[in-house]
Amino acid sequence: MTSKNKWLSAPYILWSALFIIVPLAMIFYYGLTDKTGAFTLENITAIMTAEHAKALWLSLLLSLISTLICFLLAYPLAMILAGMKISQHSFMIFIFILPMWMNFLLRTLAWQTLLEKSGVINSVLAFFHLPGINIINTPYAIVLGMVYNFLPFMVLPLYNVLSKIDENVINAARDLGAGSAYTFFRITLPLSIPGIISGVTMVFVPALTTFVISTLLGGSKILLIGNVIEQEFTQASNWHLGSGLSIVLMIFIILNMIVSALFDKESDGGGMEIL
Amino acid sequence: MKNTAKKIYIALIFIFLYAPIVTLMVLSFNASKTRAKWGGFTLQWYSALFQNRDIMEALGNTLFIAVISSLAATVIGAIACISMNGMKRRTRSVLLGIANIPMLNAEIVTGISLMLLFISLGMRFGLGTILLSHITFNIPYVILSIMPRMKQLNPSIYEAALDLGASPGTAFFKVVFPDLLPGILSGFLMAFTMSLDDFIITHFTKGAGVDTLSTKIYTEVKKGIKPEMYALSTIIFVTVLLLLVLVNAASGTKNEKAKEKES
Amino acid sequence: MHKKAAILTVSVILASMAAMTGCGSSGGGENGEVIVYNWGEYIDPETIEMFEEETGIRVVYDEFETNETMYPKVESGAASYDVVCPSDYMISKMIENDMLAEINFDNVPNATANIGAQYFEQSQDFDPENKYSVPYCWGTVGILYNQTMVDEPITSWAQLWDERYADNILMQDSVRDAFMVAEKLNGFSMNTVDPTELEIARDALIEQKPLVQAYVIDQVRDKMIGGEAAIGVIYSGEAIYTQRENPDLVYVIPEEGTNVWIDSWVILKDAPNKENAEKFINFMCRSDIAVKNFEYITYSTPNEAARELIEDEEIKNSEIAFPDLSQYDNLEVYVYLGEEGDALYNDMWKEVKSN
Repeated sequence: MTSKNKWLSAPYILWSALFIIVPLAMIFYYGLTDKTGAFTLENITAIMTAEHAKALWLSLLLSLISTLICFLLAYPLAMILAGMKISQHSFMIFIFILPMWMNFLLRTLAWQTLLEKSGVINSVLAFFHLPGINIINTPYAIVLGMVYNFLPFMVLPLYNVLSKIDENVINAARDLGAGSAYTFFRITLPLSIPGIISGVTMVFVPALTTFVISTLLGGSKILLIGNVIEQEFTQASNWHLGSGLSIVLMIFIILNMIVSALFDKESDGGGMEIL
Repeated sequence: MKNTAKKIYIALIFIFLYAPIVTLMVLSFNASKTRAKWGGFTLQWYSALFQNRDIMEALGNTLFIAVISSLAATVIGAIACISMNGMKRRTRSVLLGIANIPMLNAEIVTGISLMLLFISLGMRFGLGTILLSHITFNIPYVILSIMPRMKQLNPSIYEAALDLGASPGTAFFKVVFPDLLPGILSGFLMAFTMSLDDFIITHFTKGAGVDTLSTKIYTEVKKGIKPEMYALSTIIFVTVLLLLVLVNAASGTKNEKAKEKES
Repeated sequence: MHKKAAILTVSVILASMAAMTGCGSSGGGENGEVIVYNWGEYIDPETIEMFEEETGIRVVYDEFETNETMYPKVESGAASYDVVCPSDYMISKMIENDMLAEINFDNVPNATANIGAQYFEQSQDFDPENKYSVPYCWGTVGILYNQTMVDEPITSWAQLWDERYADNILMQDSVRDAFMVAEKLNGFSMNTVDPTELEIARDALIEQKPLVQAYVIDQVRDKMIGGEAAIGVIYSGEAIYTQRENPDLVYVIPEEGTNVWIDSWVILKDAPNKENAEKFINFMCRSDIAVKNFEYITYSTPNEAARELIEDEEIKNSEIAFPDLSQYDNLEVYVYLGEEGDALYNDMWKEVKSN
């Protein structure tokens, strides 16, 4: 436990250098050079072209909407869970992690079966003579897929901080005459900020960068920035452009981290301690 | 009244989360080969599953990669946490910051960057490259589970053990390790789950003929998923569900007994 | 603590499951291995097992979805494949970039004996001396439509722009096939690199986009069978299968003409197992194997000896499986367009998709 144990960190430092730092450096190398190896900013500025800018804008929009919906759905849920009897806690939590054991692609694909024109939901609606819903292959279906896949990432950190709030604090506020709305906005919400921050990060980043959900539920009609990057690597084999756009994507992720850090100076991601 | 509202809310979310899963389970009993038609009830896909070499191989690969990569990540991560505890605050936060990169960064970028690395090293893509990648993105989950426990440790207990004549090794394994164990275990499970469910990073780092369930499904999605896959997912899901219920029930009764004894 | 107990139990059980199933990738067979990279669902898996049993060579089998996704994987050299099955224009791209090995036809006697001469002749468009490729399947790109969902028979690409079928149209999600449709519609060559012609084609595709239900590749099959869409652009090889599953479906070659393609086996220059690769190709050209594959994937086979073995007379003489191409005008083969041409198409396609 003293400084003589420092050498123990060697495997980890080596590992991070080789598999985290070097690969990122390679992205920067490819992103800042052209096919001949000369320095260029073209791959970065390529984000300004109409099709890339549109894909990025749509990605930002859809991921922000999804994050907001996740938050609005998850907060009440986390509060209800946190207010339950201790003996029910772990079981309820598992109920919300359990879907993650069904493969992510299959879960998303199942939504296709549910939402299709002649899919399950529409058949049920038709049975009750209700108008069908036709959102498959539209941005709505993509938002639904994002919310569905990333909701647990919002619920768990929120639940984690909410369940740790000392009930005495809330009771004290009540005793001092605060109404429930006032208590919520002045006590509960501020105390849960670390959980909100990690929840938002854990939903926003994967939603911003996904290419799978948009492919499966968007019918390939909707191009997100993740799709553009994936296609540059797997189809157009333009690694330079793909890397350049990845750098742009990372800028947004770093922005997100800076914003989080501003809100959350003290906690160091404690909300992640899920289990 | 309020409780009813709460229950309804939980039920709605529950339906939202489980509707697709129920759909998949129903499809595993569908006699028609295509997702689009209901052809009657059958169990044939369950028997066909065990004959399907590709799917069984993908299952083997998935579990092998998940077990090995989460074990390796747990060992590396745990050792790193222990050693970092003695470091200066600044060094430690730099190291932790680097550890967080694969978790905070976009999976697609992590996947691509590792692909570029493996290509430039001239490595042959296969099980090995997938393993290396999974270990890399698993380490942060392990560190994040252990680090908070590490901070809660009371260093004087360890020193007390030394004072009482324990060797540093004994002191560590008898005093510190048991306190860290819950963190290590939850880190392992997080890593295991993440590895099991990963598609994007595997997609970029896999090689010829080596598929995990995720990449297998992604290729099948385009041609129509083989119903055996639904059967397999149903089996995995039900197994995990049953285990959790059993363990929960068992520990529940144990807890009650413990309470009775106390009173 | 019981949460942790649950965690431990689950982990232990999964670990033992992993140990039982083994790690899955157990080296080569007694006579080494051959690494095959083929289209999805493009072979009868039984024929692979037969090959392994007869030769003692282990087959490592991998699948791709489009020519465009196959190429970067092979080019990066990361996966070291032996045998690949690209289409015509992609083969000429690979020849041009010096990625293919010459096939020693002495080791592939079944190819020379069983594959029809006209298919080798046709291959000269992309493999001028017939040195690099052995035809595996061929066909056309056409329209599959559901008789019960359209008002009149579909005969033309233009009907894919008909607003009555809004949200009932499935387009191909691959650059060349999508552009081919728009180019043929406007009477251009499907190999044009003229920017003004391409812009017209691009604008046509953008105009069509609101009517398109989804851009898909192999999913066309499932969606058409399930009645999710009325009209879909599809490869001729899928026609027999889809009709079998849903008799309302009809396959047509549009009057403006279309693409005729050949997918051929090739061996990569840096293939680690070149000899086994030739054995594999030779095996796939054996008539009994080729007919087995035909019956499984229903794509037209150039293997004439195999066609003789088809028992079902109706299929043997089927207009869909073995069309007489001489009755169609305007059939064209894709040609490799060069790096700049590829880039032009890719950029235009991205504009369509992001619009």
